[in-house]
Amino acid sequence: MTERRRFLRTALLASAGAVLAGCDQISQSRTGAAVLGSAEGLTRRVQQVVSPAHLLAPEYTEADISPEFRPNGTTMPTTVDYQNLLANKFADYRLRVDGLVQRPSQFSIAQLQALATRTQITRHDCVEGWSAIGKWQGTPLAAVLSQVGVAAQARYVVFHCFDEMEADTPYYESLDIIEAHHPQTLLAYSLNGQPLPVANGAPLRLRVERQLGYKQAKYISRIELVSSFTQIGGGNGGYWEDNGYEWYAGI
Amino acid sequence: MTTAKPQPASSAFTLAPRAIAHHVLRHRWPIRVMHWINLIALTVMLGSGLQIFNASPSLHWGNWSDPQHQWLALDAYQAADGSAHGTTQIGRHRFDTTGVLGVSNVDGQPQARGFPAWSTIPGPQWLAMGRRWHFFFGWIFVINGLCYLGYSLASRHLQRDLLPDRGELRGIGGSIRDHLRLRHPDGAAALRYNVLQKLAYLIVIFVFGGGIVLMGLLMSPRMDALLAPVLELVGGRQSARSIHFIIAVGFVAFALVHVLMVLLSGPANQLRGMITGYYEVHLKHKPPAPPRSDVSATGQESAHD
Repeated sequence: MTERRRFLRTALLASAGAVLAGCDQISQSRTGAAVLGSAEGLTRRVQQVVSPAHLLAPEYTEADISPEFRPNGTTMPTTVDYQNLLANKFADYRLRVDGLVQRPSQFSIAQLQALATRTQITRHDCVEGWSAIGKWQGTPLAAVLSQVGVAAQARYVVFHCFDEMEADTPYYESLDIIEAHHPQTLLAYSLNGQPLPVANGAPLRLRVERQLGYKQAKYISRIELVSSFTQIGGGNGGYWEDNGYEWYAGI
Repeated sequence: MTTAKPQPASSAFTLAPRAIAHHVLRHRWPIRVMHWINLIALTVMLGSGLQIFNASPSLHWGNWSDPQHQWLALDAYQAADGSAHGTTQIGRHRFDTTGVLGVSNVDGQPQARGFPAWSTIPGPQWLAMGRRWHFFFGWIFVINGLCYLGYSLASRHLQRDLLPDRGELRGIGGSIRDHLRLRHPDGAAALRYNVLQKLAYLIVIFVFGGGIVLMGLLMSPRMDALLAPVLELVGGRQSARSIHFIIAVGFVAFALVHVLMVLLSGPANQLRGMITGYYEVHLKHKPPAPPRSDVSATGQESAHD
């Protein structure tokens, strides 16, 4: 009986181990990863129908703000360009907007503020699982886009950033045109009533409130409108997307 | 002294009414297929869920990750002698769980990680891939669950086999006593779920199954634009994450009891029932004729899914 029990136990552990090893094999294989990743398209389409484009992310009150807004990823970009701007407290900062636009332009922070402003207290959800609540002030991206005039063939808005995640691998992110025009999609320059701290993305960062934290590009240097992002970076639409994360970060 | 050995009664000739083994169709094929798909989906969801949990191995109440409202955490620290220790904090209590939770071996080296590599999918720390597994099998779990719900309503499996009637609910005390004495019916009663079984299945299907999907969706920032009032009702996004985890623990507890019950009540027969559909019962008479709506495709006896 004990012999049989030992056999059953061994068989059970061995088969559990084989299943887990099999899962790892699938994870490593290109086909396996692609098949598993195919759920992203389904999730995106279903969520876009069930939770329509115009709905707003929940907004909170001053009392809900977390005492510390935890920074993640880069907290101090080391590139020369960024360090020069920082040395001058970003007085020389200009946001470049180009690509598939009618009027390629540059904006200082003051010019952005003159376009339009919006303040929102929203929740930031990191892909790791934690959340923080902060009060953001910024210029709706829609106002900037209407200022430069989006060309008809533009499908994505790409955010190029000052910070490098690895040598010569700058951070970047992208949104589709609809998400870019959402009223809560901001180019934020203020957090909790203060100028945006360096750790949180000074002088300008993205807020896109219905997606996870890695979409909220910090240290934005340039915005480019494109018809496809396959030629940019690793071709997946963002730094973390090039590292296996979903382009659609609504879940 | 000699004692006469009492002669046994001529048992060979006793004519006790013999129960005859019948093979009865107990689970119809859609239920069997969906049961095993569900097992695979839940296993992958658990392993990949623990992988995702490990990226931020603590749980909180409220909307944001408030350290004041942290009720569970798997942490690691280095002792003065340089050795790595894993701890598990539940409420105000902290336990040393080195080797399993907080710190466990990866390729023979102690590593700071919430749940150990043998319990996560994939094994190594790999959040992006854990998410792919979780959301792919999440769809399988949801689609399978909806098929189950549709089938159970259409075939009246839910109404007939799972919803207890008032008499059964009154008899719940007896059912509890039977379970505590590990007494399992084997005659005609084995063909029906008992009241505790019915309640357990209903809770697992609707409270656990529905609840864990809802809590998962409440963690989605896109869905929160739609479900904000529900999110507030459960207390916020970190509360949803906590409840999602607690229900997952509930699923594991259910699976353990479920397997234990199978082992105690004749595992071969039970497994055959869920694989081939046929379950052996000992009846003195032929099993009752199936109600008209209930004839299975094979024309066999009443299916009890």
